[in-house]
Amino acid sequence: MTPPSTSGRSATAGTSGGALLDGPVNSAAMGADSLDEDARARRRLGFALGLLMLLSALAGLATGTKGFSPAALWTDLQGEQASLILGQIRAPRTLGAAFVGALLGLGGAIAQGLFRNPLADPYLLGAAAGAGLAVVLVLAGAAVTGTVISLATVAWLDRVGLVLAAFVGALTGVAMTLTLAQGAVHTLRLLLAGVVVAVLLGALSDLVTVASPDALRGKQAFMLGSTSFLGWQAVVLLAGGAAVLTALAMRCARALDALTLGEDSAASMGVALPRMRLLLVALLAAATALAVAHAGLVAFVGLVAPHLVRRHAPGAHAWLLGASAAMGAVLLMAADVVSRAVIPPQELAVGVVTAVLGGVYLFVLLRRRGLQ
Amino acid sequence: MLNRRTPARCLVIAIALLGLLGFGTAATAAPFVVRDDKGTSHRFDAPPLRIITLLPSLTETLAVLGGGPRLVGVDRYSNWPANLGALPRLGGLDDALIEAIVTLRPDVVLASTSARSIDRLEALGFKVMRLKSENHADVRRTLNVLAQLLGTPEEGDKVWARLQREIAAASQRVPSAMRGQRVYFEIGGGPYAAGRSSFIGETLAALGMDNIVPPELGPFPKLNPEYVVRARPDVVMGVAREQASVLARPGWNAIPALANKRLCGFDAQRYEMLIRPGPRLGEAAAAMADCLVSLEKK
Repeated sequence: MTPPSTSGRSATAGTSGGALLDGPVNSAAMGADSLDEDARARRRLGFALGLLMLLSALAGLATGTKGFSPAALWTDLQGEQASLILGQIRAPRTLGAAFVGALLGLGGAIAQGLFRNPLADPYLLGAAAGAGLAVVLVLAGAAVTGTVISLATVAWLDRVGLVLAAFVGALTGVAMTLTLAQGAVHTLRLLLAGVVVAVLLGALSDLVTVASPDALRGKQAFMLGSTSFLGWQAVVLLAGGAAVLTALAMRCARALDALTLGEDSAASMGVALPRMRLLLVALLAAATALAVAHAGLVAFVGLVAPHLVRRHAPGAHAWLLGASAAMGAVLLMAADVVSRAVIPPQELAVGVVTAVLGGVYLFVLLRRRGLQ
Repeated sequence: MLNRRTPARCLVIAIALLGLLGFGTAATAAPFVVRDDKGTSHRFDAPPLRIITLLPSLTETLAVLGGGPRLVGVDRYSNWPANLGALPRLGGLDDALIEAIVTLRPDVVLASTSARSIDRLEALGFKVMRLKSENHADVRRTLNVLAQLLGTPEEGDKVWARLQREIAAASQRVPSAMRGQRVYFEIGGGPYAAGRSSFIGETLAALGMDNIVPPELGPFPKLNPEYVVRARPDVVMGVAREQASVLARPGWNAIPALANKRLCGFDAQRYEMLIRPGPRLGEAAAAMADCLVSLEKK
């Protein structure tokens, strides 16, 4: 990947209040050396991400009912069920996990850039909780009318409906958070509002499940996050969505860069702020909705992916958005492999794996740097 | 003084004691002790008259043993036998309505081995019997414990014997061509499977069916879907209305049972009966046998 043309601002890109939890943001050192170094770091990370994606995709293919085992992959390839096991089950599941992760990483990068807040992510902004509530409402509604939609395997059209419902829910969640926080200016306020909204919407979906126990069984897999039943259909929808959303987000990269200097500066640089904000929130909600409607609530990927990118190779948003998506893809593919490899042939919910890994990451980070 | 007691006097005392005992049994039953599956011994002065159950299988077991009239409240999910309707609903195991339970003044609360609400009830001084129900042996033990509790200890074995007869009768009906075929019984949309060590697995085994989930995976493992596809079950059992979506899972249309429509889909009511380890085990076995018979005719 080539360094973006806007690298002049790279040192401050990411987050202006980045000292909170962020990697080294050396805003003081704007020298040419550090720029060169950043560019090299980006190239290194880009290369590493490409390699990791390849490796985790291979690991995804090599992890089956016997756990992670390249030897078993070899025998599977020889076997008559090769196209079924590998082609119909493992490949789409691995790719699906990659796209869900990419969407979450992209959503996280958009949120952190837009709100200039390193802790913003689809989950902390209430988007995921909103999407979750919408999905639970659809499941409960279906249960009332006598049909059971199992999240894992809804048909093509139902799936699109589910994504749309999740999109509306995600938008509502973010809107509620922003209203409650009176904008995204105050970091702490935004986080608190996000927590309040997430708790409220989560409680509402609990309420729905109590009222309609039939929706409960589908909900558990959903709350824990699951990549078990991603098929080619889902992969196509996810890939299309990820491509469109990434392209759209890239077009907003310059505006996000301008936003890192503050809203006034951005406005003075000719960014149409209200419209841009609306567009970015919509992109964020769409990415979250698409991911949530397919894999349920997979936590922490959206928060951790942009973090990792900024820590290892800070850069402008054109770089950050793409790299965060790639990082998200790597993270969720790896989590999917772990979920299958720990206790084969049983599996863990992938959301539990990401929550543990992401939680440990934040824990270590906080221990090392502290909340300043 | 003692050694000077005359035989006649001893006789009088003995008769008086016997009389007291006889009087005691006639008016109220003797105190008795029942042990639950947590190992706690509960002492009752008389069979409890006000009973609350927090688990559908326990409600059903109690009702079958003739304790139905003594129920003063049940959990949200209990729906059998049909005449439970008017009883207060007390939430589920994890969100039991503690206050409502307290106002009902139960002599004993029947629940599963672990739940937050139970600890609270115990702390409030209620007798809570914790009963495990994972396999046939648990069902049998629960029957005996509850029969003892109701003051009719012999009823437990009677009901168990009837269940055994019903299961045996169901097993007789399973066509020989179906015997030994490998079943995948799905619980919920997990996919969680009913393994050989679960009560469902034991019923299947009693019907002469094989199971794709070996006992070492535990009673209800959450399987990698690939495992099921690989295991190529001959028959798939589960909730009827979820089975359309089972077919749509990636790669699952290659499973022989699905390709040949060898599906046992149970409607919600019968499915509930199947997944409750209680006194309807025999009925459950019969339902499975019915389906296996209908599959053989295809």
